[in-house]
Order: sequence, then structure tokens, then C-alpha cells
Amino acid sequence: MREKLIQRYTPPERANHWVVAIAFVLLALSGLALFHPSLYWLSSLFGGGPWMRILHPFIGVVLALSFVALALRLWRFNRMSKDDEQWLCQIGDVMRNRDSKLPEAGRYNAGQKLLFYVMVACVALLLLSGIVIWRPWFAGAFPLVMVRLGAVIHALSAFVLIAGIIVHIYAAILTKGSIHAMVRGTVPQAWARKHHPAWYREMTEGSNR
Amino acid sequence: MPLQSLDITRRSATTTPSPSQRQTEEVAKLIDTTKCIGCKACQVACMEWNDTRDAIGDNHGVYDNPMDLTENSWTVMRYSEVETDRGLEWLIRKDGCMHCADPGCLKACPAPGAIVQYSNGIVDFHEENCIGCGYCIAGCPFNVPRLSKKDSKVYKCTLCSDRVAVGLEPACVKTCPTGAIVFGSKEDMAHHAEGRIADLKERGFANAGLYDPAGVGGTHVMYVLHHADQPELYHGLPKDPSISPLVSLWKGVTKPLALFGLGLTVLAGFFHYVTVGPKEVDEETESS
Ligand code: HEM
Ligand code: SF4
Repeated sequence: MREKLIQRYTPPERANHWVVAIAFVLLALSGLALFHPSLYWLSSLFGGGPWMRILHPFIGVVLALSFVALALRLWRFNRMSKDDEQWLCQIGDVMRNRDSKLPEAGRYNAGQKLLFYVMVACVALLLLSGIVIWRPWFAGAFPLVMVRLGAVIHALSAFVLIAGIIVHIYAAILTKGSIHAMVRGTVPQAWARKHHPAWYREMTEGSNR
Repeated sequence: MPLQSLDITRRSATTTPSPSQRQTEEVAKLIDTTKCIGCKACQVACMEWNDTRDAIGDNHGVYDNPMDLTENSWTVMRYSEVETDRGLEWLIRKDGCMHCADPGCLKACPAPGAIVQYSNGIVDFHEENCIGCGYCIAGCPFNVPRLSKKDSKVYKCTLCSDRVAVGLEPACVKTCPTGAIVFGSKEDMAHHAEGRIADLKERGFANAGLYDPAGVGGTHVMYVLHHADQPELYHGLPKDPSISPLVSLWKGVTKPLALFGLGLTVLAGFFHYVTVGPKEVDEETESS
């Protein structure tokens, strides 16, 4: 019996996601090199310190633009519901893989939605603070105290975002089949029924099953 | 630029000890604002020795020229007309790097070895290691480093580290016609200042004093001021400078802690995977 597949991501959505992902990895590597001396060697990956310093903010702009496009595509699927609050209260069950005890998730579960908003906030903060500390172009136009504040906000929101993305990547590794969803676009019906039952019903309603 | 490469107490973005086998004597430059006549010979000598040339600027109707420190003007004279209890006074201050004992620029710099502090106290930029991020500008409590438009490296007064290394005084000291700038061990300079201050007090400057701000651990460029109680009169010389709390927050223990946190998150994921395991679609339950 051949498994029935459901489309989860269209080709443009997938391309958009991976542009964001590649930009993020480059930004995290170059940013961490500046963040702490123990990681300064990462600057070699970008052709040395000055090149890394030059490239980072431009990659940042690529990330910000592509992230806005992706976030707009996915915004309507990320509204929180009452069930989502209950889901978050049962985070212990999530961690222990007792998924059958959880309220039914829609296209995204509450954890994914929460992370979505964390990413939106962090990217907005990173873009704004990044512009304030961007030399030689913009930083000179701001008072020193704002540049200092910008640096703190940038480092802090980068930390939160990187931690969030570690969770995001781990969740993708943990939930077998989701990487395929973002690479090839489809998921088996059984996958949808288990991980996103409400979405599964929505997608299959009216059609024979 | 360095010559005393073996006597480094601190090096930017470096967590292990720098070559610090020898301890050289702590030096200081003492600028006596009460003796300065504002002739700018020191400004010229600085450019001569360091071979820097600033662009010809505009006349702003004041003596200040250029109007601010630049990547080519590592020292500028600041002229302030102020009303004090003594009437109208013309206060002149030679501005430039203060060579803090606790340098905010060095603390902020992310590039290993772009900023060093020699054991004699001089804070020096090694431009070949500089990546041009400008963090030092945000770190400095005196607003001194300047980013070059030509090469995107930062420049500032070196306290003539090259001259000092071979036993000479800085170029500005050598040239000052009134003896308003003197150079020597920090101890001797503090002692010299005491004599000057006693003299000034005798002559009616009750608040004369030494500017060697403790908030940055003291400085290796010090001022004798007629109004040490109001350093702001001298073109906004900060009264109690210190590294901004924002910079300390940004560059303090938070960083290693944050890295530790990220590492821990990755490890937590790994151990969750090898203990609890992945979320898979279970064949049996699905077929029922
Ligand atoms: C959104 C647009 C972004 C802009 C305009 C931007 C800009 C900047 C700038 C100007 C710097 C200073 C160094 C340099 O000039 O290269 C910097 C540092 C940094 N950036 Fe970004 N960035 C952006 C996004 C990001 C993202 C998404 C991350 C995280 C993955 C990130 C992580 C960092 C880190 C960790 C630092 C070092 C902070 C420190 O030294 O404490 N940036 N960024
Ligand atoms: S501009 Fe150069 S010296 Fe200043 S903090 Fe950045 S790398 Fe260090």
C-alpha cells in the first residue's frame, strides 16, 4: 500500500525558509566570533576579521527581508488558541513523548507558535539594533549611549534567537518526517494525524479517507 | 604602534596571559592647564612625529582647529570661555587619549590584539589586528577613538609608545614652550603636580587640583586644573568618568555565561534524544 501524502510546504515557501536558514547560520557564526574571543577563529570562515565585520550586517539585511516574507506567509497559522495554552501547560508530556495526552494541535503546535513569535521579536530587535551599531555607515549618526544600548540589545537578542533556533533544529530532528516536509514539501497522512490532528482533519475533510 | 612587544599587561579579546614577564615603570603625562597658553605647538609636534596630516578645515570663528579629534588629529586644543567667581576665564585643555588604567576601548574590542596595554600603562592600538567594528568607540568613556574613512581602522594618541620605548618623552612634551606638559613616572608626575597645586592655592585658586579619575582606575594622562571641582568647565571633561554600565553588562560575565547556556542547550537536546528518543509515527497504532 502506497502512503498517501499531504502537501505541507509549497516550493516557494521551502526556498524562502532555506534562504532564511542559510543567512541565519552565516550570521550566527560571524556574530559568535565577535561575541566571545574563544570563538574568534570562526572569522577565518569569512576570510578573516575585517571581511567578517563587513559581511555580517549585509547578510543580516538579507535575513531580515527574507524572514519578513516567510513570517507573512505563515502568520495566519500561528494564532494562539485556548488549546494551545493547555498544550504549553503539559510541556512535561511533550518532553516525555506522551503525545496522545495532549490537546490536538493544528497546523502548528503551541511550542512552534511560541517560537514563531520569539523569532519575530528577535529579528526585529536584531535589525533595529544592528543598524544602530553598523559602522562605518550608520553608527556615527547615533549618540554613543544609543550605540552602547544597541550593542547590548543586539547581543542579547542574538543569544535568545540562537538558543531558540537550537530548540527549533532539535525539534526538527526529534519529530521524524518534519525535515522531509521542509526539504520535499510533503508529509505522510499518518504523520499529520499523529502530530497535527486538527490540521489533518482540515486537510482531509470532504475527501475520501 | 608597538616596540615594547614583551611588556603587555592586557590584550583585547584575549583570555590567557599576555607576555608580561617584565614590569616596566608606570609612566604618566601631566598636562598643566594653568601653564598652557594654547599655542598648539603640541598639536603640530604630534602630527610631525606621527606623520599624520589632517584635511584643511573651515574657519568656525573660534580657536579650536580642527573642531574635533580625527583619525589624523590625535590631540586637539579645546578652548572654553567660562564665567567663574573670578570673572571671565579662558580655559584651554589639550584633549586626547587619557590612557586609562582600566581602558573601556580594550574591554569592548572583539579582535584579539587590536588593543594592548603595556605594563608602563600606555594603551595602544595595533591597527593591523583591527577589524573596524568601532566597538572601542562605544567603550571609551572620553570619546577618543576615531574610525578612519580611508582604511576603516581606528586611530588615537599612542602616548608616543615608540619614543617612550627607547627612553624619549612624547613629542608633545618635547615641544611645549612653557613646560605645561611634562612626562615621567606616574609617581613623579603626581608629586610634581602637588607642588603646582600648592602654588596655585597660594595664589587664590582654592579648588586647584589633580585630575586622575579613580572611576577608570586612574589615567596615564593627568591634568592640573585650576577648577578641579568643576572639570566640566574644560570643554566637558567628565567629572567622574567610568566605563558605562551598559558596556560592562555587554562585555562582563554575561558573555561566558551565555556561551555556556548555548552549549548546555545543545547537550540537553542530545541527551533528550538518547534517553527519551524521537517522536515517530508508530506503525501499529496507525493501522488500527
Ligand atoms: C537583522 C540584521 C542584522 C544586522 C543589520 C546586524 C548588524 C550587526 C553589526 C553592525 C554588528 C557589529 C559587527 C559588524 O559590524 O559586523 C553585529 C554584531 C553581532 N551580530 Fe548582528 N546583525 C543582524 C542580524 C543578526 C542575527 C540574525 C544574529 C544572530 C544569529 C546576529 C548576531 C550578532 C552577534 C552575536 C554579534 C556580536 C555581538 C557582540 O559583539 O556582542 N546578528 N551585527
Ligand atoms: S574598531 Fe578595531 S580596535 Fe576598535 S574595537 Fe573594533 S577591532 Fe578593536
